[in-house]
Amino acid sequence: MIVANRKSLSEILDMVKDCNKILVAGCKGCVTVCNVGGLKEVQVLASCLKIARKKDGGKPLEVEEILLERQCDPEYIEQVKDTVGNYDAVVSMACGVGPQFLSEAYPNQKFYPAVNTTFFGGAVAHGIWEERCAGCGTCIIHYFDGLCPIARCSKSLMNGPCGGSSHGKCEIAEDLDCIWDMIVKKKMAQGRLDDLRYLTPAKDWRTARDGGPRRSIREELTK
Amino acid sequence: MSEDFEPKILAFCCKYCAYAAADLAGSMRLSYPPNVKVIQIPCTGRIDIVHILKAIEDGADGVYVAGCMEGDCHFVSGNLRARKRVEYVKKTLTELGIEPERVEIYNLSSAMGPRFAEIAHEMTDRIRKLGPTPVKTRTV
Ligand code: SF4
Repeated sequence: MIVANRKSLSEILDMVKDCNKILVAGCKGCVTVCNVGGLKEVQVLASCLKIARKKDGGKPLEVEEILLERQCDPEYIEQVKDTVGNYDAVVSMACGVGPQFLSEAYPNQKFYPAVNTTFFGGAVAHGIWEERCAGCGTCIIHYFDGLCPIARCSKSLMNGPCGGSSHGKCEIAEDLDCIWDMIVKKKMAQGRLDDLRYLTPAKDWRTARDGGPRRSIREELTK
Repeated sequence: MSEDFEPKILAFCCKYCAYAAADLAGSMRLSYPPNVKVIQIPCTGRIDIVHILKAIEDGADGVYVAGCMEGDCHFVSGNLRARKRVEYVKKTLTELGIEPERVEIYNLSSAMGPRFAEIAHEMTDRIRKLGPTPVKTRTV
């Protein structure tokens, strides 16, 4: 899933400082799963914003809440068609896709992001998420037995490990596993260490963000 | 701070401990401040961040959650989860420039009637010292 973190309350409060009435829009997709922009988080943010504005008798803020199925599909964006104009601004708790789809659909409204979208990953324990994929556009993890050196090596080395690998940890942080250490150990355990004699050539990054904004077209699905 | 400030305090009490302790305090004829309004909950693990925030938003001067002793939760770990949520609210209040001491979590057993009364006094004194909530509701 896409993992995100909520922005600080002061940052969000600054975005809406001139507003009297806003809509906080959550998303039932990834941000619900990573507990950042689902139903509960929408309620919490709405309450925090109201508390902040009521504090010391400040200008009250009217906050309405909505939870969309997804904010990355036009049919769900359409759910707010009739009401989106009722607010001074809309704060989206979806990943960075949400406020953009909303902005494109409703050019007269202002949309603000309440979260920082951080990575593609999963929950390794309750409340802890880790990065697993960098979305490079050409998956190569079959060479590394299911472990991705692009997303998980700090230097995205294709032929690691580097000299900084120590006792299974990466040199950038004591609590970060060196993915190359894990790759090598797994190859040894499976008796396939020889695989690593192959020198992986430099990656063609054009399929990644380096090639510009990406688009995926599936002819069999288009109308 | 005005002398006649009477804090409005909400106490979310687990029915297996704090709520039963309140009952016991009553049977023991122990008095505790009328400022504390008790709400029975099935377990402190039922308390969500938003419940505490809503109370603050609606003008409570103080809110506390009272659950079983650590290790004694009827549902194993509800009180430990509640503690983390209370900590989260404390942090949030700090971010909003509101005294985090307005929110607290206590642990006691159903046999601790006197402790229930003591906590109610403790919290009322604390909030009296802090003064009225800076969150102004129109209905007050
Ligand atoms: S120590 Fe391991 S994970 Fe860290 S940069 Fe070097 S090879 Fe990559």
